[in-house]
Amino acid sequence: MTEAAQKKTPLYDEHLKRGAKMVAFAGWLMPVQYTSIVEEHQAVRNNIGVFDISHMGQLIVSGSGAHAWLNTMLTNNIDKLALAQGQYTFLLHERGGIIDDLIAYRIEEEKFLLVVNASRTEQDLAWLETHRRGDIEIDNRSANYGGIAIQGPRVSDLFVNLPARNHIVDIEVEGSPVSMARTGYTGEDGVEVFFPAKLATKFWNTVLEKGKQFEIRPCGLGARDTLRLEMCYPLNGSDLSPERNPIEAGLSLFVDLSKANFVGREALLKTKENGPREKLVPFRMKEKGPPPRPHYLVFEKDERIGEVTSGTLSPSLNWGIGMAYVSAPHAKIGTKIDIQIRGRKFPATIEKKPLYKKPS
Amino acid sequence: MNVPEDLLYTETHEWIKREGENIRVGITDHAQSELTDVVYVELPKKDRQVNAKEAIAVVESVKAASDIYAPVKGTVVDGNKALEADPGLINREPYGQGWIFVLKIDNPDDLKQLKGAATYRRQVGG
Repeated sequence: MTEAAQKKTPLYDEHLKRGAKMVAFAGWLMPVQYTSIVEEHQAVRNNIGVFDISHMGQLIVSGSGAHAWLNTMLTNNIDKLALAQGQYTFLLHERGGIIDDLIAYRIEEEKFLLVVNASRTEQDLAWLETHRRGDIEIDNRSANYGGIAIQGPRVSDLFVNLPARNHIVDIEVEGSPVSMARTGYTGEDGVEVFFPAKLATKFWNTVLEKGKQFEIRPCGLGARDTLRLEMCYPLNGSDLSPERNPIEAGLSLFVDLSKANFVGREALLKTKENGPREKLVPFRMKEKGPPPRPHYLVFEKDERIGEVTSGTLSPSLNWGIGMAYVSAPHAKIGTKIDIQIRGRKFPATIEKKPLYKKPS
Repeated sequence: MNVPEDLLYTETHEWIKREGENIRVGITDHAQSELTDVVYVELPKKDRQVNAKEAIAVVESVKAASDIYAPVKGTVVDGNKALEADPGLINREPYGQGWIFVLKIDNPDDLKQLKGAATYRRQVGG
């Protein structure tokens, strides 16, 4: 795709003004960093960072049968959602593979906001449309809405009245009506805020101005990736794909197999019964050395057991970390593995999630 | 962007400083700023014979690994061990303490293929 064909978020000009380095991501021109991935990462761990997430898709599903129908489309149990509550969940195809991972918020009894991955918005919509019933409406508001994530331990200093964890509320911030959700992708406390696109610039600058006293920084996709990987949150397109199901990805917690029926359920029951062939595991390099990267091969002794899907140098740990799919018999915490980097093998150990824990 | 007049440059963003029979090589200010946050450097082995445009070192940032190429044919005589402990030297002093390796060159005429500062500056739009 050429640069001209890439979409721009309503905050594009703001990113340029603040000196961001822009890259193409999922069909969008997005800031990968402003000054330094490591500095932006630390800002989120220690103070506050703010991310443009306007590229993410926002779908509104409503109608008298909305919750019952969504329960047949998504893996987690919508019935567990109180009003204003959200949950992490999956959209699967019939064979159990992951079309998308998303957060579903119950914004009214029979009205839901689905926040989906930028790269999957069109596929999600097409898939939902093919299964849609007469009493359901789906509105893709992505083009008219923006969003930012404000993440870090000092977010509670920035906003006095935060919604409860995983809840979403409509509030006004300095005259801008926004929806604020206590959710995120960094492992820190924080919020994700959604608003009409025309309010984006004003809200973004208000937050950065108000946050100055808490050393707020605008952050790019680079820091977003290192932050989520330290927490072992999966990235769609790297750790998740239509060829992988939630059980293999170690995310059964977000699948309710006790529900009578949802797309992909039969396939998941089979995977559960037979056990997955491969599992997604976090690992940590044993020695200082080159950071692991996606597609590097994984060995145990001399047997090839899998492939890295995410890898980086963890800015918090200053150490190489990653996630890999390895054959199930090897996928045990503490297993010593080797990562092959440019023809040489470097030792690593399969670890427990998350790879980074805040010092208490 | 800092592009010192007294150095030579490659298309692939290495700088070259002539030191008698040897050349000292690093990556330019432009390159370090594009890579950002260098976190690991793999140096070439001493005495290795290398060809022009052969990938002989690797500089890794948080996001990606980038090959560093030999500007001309020669033999590796030194690698900057200081980068193993402090790879960030490449970001802080790309033309100084952040040098990567020294080559003994086979043929000084090969250096004529390299770019001058003005040409490189045009390439990076500075």
